[in-house]
Amino acid sequence: MNFLSGKSFQSVKEKAIETFLFLSAASSILITTGIVFILFYESSGFFKKVSIVEFLTGTQWTPLFSEPRFGVLPLVAGTFLTTTIALLVALPVGLITAMYLSEFAPLRLREILKPVLELLAAVPTVVYGYFALLFLTPLLQKFIPDLSGFNALSPGIIMGIMIVPYVSSVSEDAMSAVPMYIKEGSYAMGATRLQTAFRVVIPAAFSGIAAAFIIGISRALGETMVVAIAAGMMPNWTINPLEPVQTFTSYIVQVSLGDVPHGTLEYSTIFAVGVVLFFITLGANILSFFLRMKFRERY
Amino acid sequence: MVEELKAEVKNLNFYYGKNHVLKNINLPVARRKITALIGPSGCGKTTFLRCFNRMHDLYPGNRYEGEIVLYPDNLNILSPVVDPIKVRMQISMVFQKPNPFPKSIYENVVYGLKIRGVHKKNYLDEVVEKSLRGAALWDEVKDRLHKPAYDLSGGQQQRLCIARALATNPRILLFDEPTSALDPIATAKIEELMVELKKEVTILIVTHNMQQAARVSDYTAFMYLGEVIEFGKTDKIFTNPSEKLTEEYITGRFG
Amino acid sequence: MRDKVKISKYLDAAFAITGLLFCLIGIGVIIILFVDLFMDGAPRLTLKFFSSFPSRFPDEAGILSAWVGSLLIMFITALAAIPVGVGAGIYLEEYAKKNWFTDFIEINIANLAGVPSIIYGLLALGIFVYMLGFGESILTGGLTLGLLILPIVIIATREAIRAIPQSIREASYACGATKWQTIRWHVLPYSMGGILTGIIIGLSRAIGETAPLVTIGALTFIAFLPSSPISSDFPFISFKWLFDSFTVLPVQIFNWVSRPQKGFHVNAAAASIVLMVMTLLMNGFAIYIRYRFRRKIRW
Repeated sequence: MNFLSGKSFQSVKEKAIETFLFLSAASSILITTGIVFILFYESSGFFKKVSIVEFLTGTQWTPLFSEPRFGVLPLVAGTFLTTTIALLVALPVGLITAMYLSEFAPLRLREILKPVLELLAAVPTVVYGYFALLFLTPLLQKFIPDLSGFNALSPGIIMGIMIVPYVSSVSEDAMSAVPMYIKEGSYAMGATRLQTAFRVVIPAAFSGIAAAFIIGISRALGETMVVAIAAGMMPNWTINPLEPVQTFTSYIVQVSLGDVPHGTLEYSTIFAVGVVLFFITLGANILSFFLRMKFRERY
Repeated sequence: MVEELKAEVKNLNFYYGKNHVLKNINLPVARRKITALIGPSGCGKTTFLRCFNRMHDLYPGNRYEGEIVLYPDNLNILSPVVDPIKVRMQISMVFQKPNPFPKSIYENVVYGLKIRGVHKKNYLDEVVEKSLRGAALWDEVKDRLHKPAYDLSGGQQQRLCIARALATNPRILLFDEPTSALDPIATAKIEELMVELKKEVTILIVTHNMQQAARVSDYTAFMYLGEVIEFGKTDKIFTNPSEKLTEEYITGRFG
Repeated sequence: MRDKVKISKYLDAAFAITGLLFCLIGIGVIIILFVDLFMDGAPRLTLKFFSSFPSRFPDEAGILSAWVGSLLIMFITALAAIPVGVGAGIYLEEYAKKNWFTDFIEINIANLAGVPSIIYGLLALGIFVYMLGFGESILTGGLTLGLLILPIVIIATREAIRAIPQSIREASYACGATKWQTIRWHVLPYSMGGILTGIIIGLSRAIGETAPLVTIGALTFIAFLPSSPISSDFPFISFKWLFDSFTVLPVQIFNWVSRPQKGFHVNAAAASIVLMVMTLLMNGFAIYIRYRFRRKIRW
């Protein structure tokens, strides 16, 4: 065997494979670049005609009317409303579930419960939309006669249930990662599991749990089908959960369903709304990424 | 030294980042003999051993200086123009903890040949038997060659790793504390095996167990803080060391 | 003192029960959802439902074009996401050096995993539909969902690879293997269970996605099948179907649920059952694979 033979066929092949793998990894950057580019590119027409001040402070959103108004605040209100309702459901349920799974549940039960809970995130969102519109809303109307057929409450609740697994699995990971010796220190003092969970585990896992909450917020902001189906398509400047509302996402759906030609002002509105949505979720995602990093470094 | 040499280490320095880990090491490796590297933990003996098959090339930030010359080719295997893969084809290694692949016994042994493109069934069968016999494992596993390697006991797994290392017909075998994870009976078997193997192949062994070094090796190098303090015939090192440090270590005063 | 301990113990037990109940909420929702869908839609689940095109008359309408569309879209999605996703995962675990660029890719992938799906729809609308001129086609739909599930595949691949002990890689290198040989013979086979699980979870997410496909303008009334991939002329394979318009199950459900007539709601429920069964089967299969591979390999 010749030791000194230089570049062989083998090493060329190795290099080619490495290049392909690198390009695969780098493609993720291309996707992000593509998103940012297309959002700015397609919405530039919009911002040429509509001032940013009007866009961000106007309380009327009627881009498809003959006299269009482009104030995004009604969409902000609708998104805020549905997201808040969803979080009021998802955060407590997700956190308690995570505490139970991490600190209380017997191992066997945990092994069964975890995948079943994950299924909540696997149900197609359009099915949840059906469920909110045709099951939950009629049910709620029996207790709240004022509730209109399309409203923010019912899709908000369903969205909340849908994002429980995101909140619970990330918080549970954080709680399980708290080292046993820290917990044992508490148990050795005679603390119960509940006391240990509240006084030791949750503070120790705080940044991980915060990351879970932010993931929940980001999910709720971006959820589309449930609100598009069950919240109505009415851009109301309101915080009344019993009324129909429109969110960023459901507005995009509404326009896409119609026949809006490429290059028109109406067409560019969905990208303008997309810009807002993208940057809010981007901020949330990056914040939660760093919180998780911080947590991982600690333990 | 009158022995025929298989390799010779000349002025070897090794850096991990800015850490100067091995300092100016010189060492002859006698052909078809066992050379043991001993010393307290952290003295650099494993790092030194892993220079021989260029394992350090796998991780960034490592740098060699100096030479390890392989005979009779008279070739410096640390030279940047030498492909570490080709070095590892000639210099095999057995690790501290048995690390068979989660495949069958047969597949474990033939792995080194298969990645070189050898696929002839007859030949592979032959090598499997020869290597497993060489590793004193054949009689125990000949009826279950296609069973998972993980079903074997720890000592058997380590002998399987030796068979895997033998299959490619290496010139040098490196043992990195091969018995530290094994019970005394399994250890004794591996030691016997090493003495048997040196008829065919040159052996370097790192061990933290001085009795083991005394039992199996022909030559011993005592290392301390990245330097070779003393090298010589094993009998001499253990009965009449010239250095005070060696004597203190061997008599168990530190380490 | 003793009373306080007693109270703590009661609280502890009470929380254990509460936690379990909260976990059961999730399971309860899934069960109610299924029962509701079955009560509404089961009568419509006949063979004819699977073999009919959509129609103006609810009881004649079926999901033929929708399920065919879903299958074709999944095919393209898998083709796009699997090689790139697995490749990127391998690169990041086995090749990438610790530097700012790798960190950047990592944050980027974490963010992409959290970008709302409808944003991918906007990306595809701008790039695939108009810039590249693929139109509102099967190719566009498949690629869009491929991008969407790419982060899922990458993250699953990385986690699976990370579970392989370094000693196995060293053993392979010590036998004289090259990097790619080590990956090909060891890293990939031993992480296959985790990678497959990730791929299936990703595809099950894609099959239920509605929003991005609505955004690219997936037509909702498609009463024909795409052209056949086999042609009578040389070379007997046709790629024309790639550029045909399509509908998929979730889009069809959305279309039906948005209509006022009760009859279409029944269709939506029936199609939802089909979609749910498909998603749950895929998820169940993923859980099974994870379980099986975990039992087979112990380090």
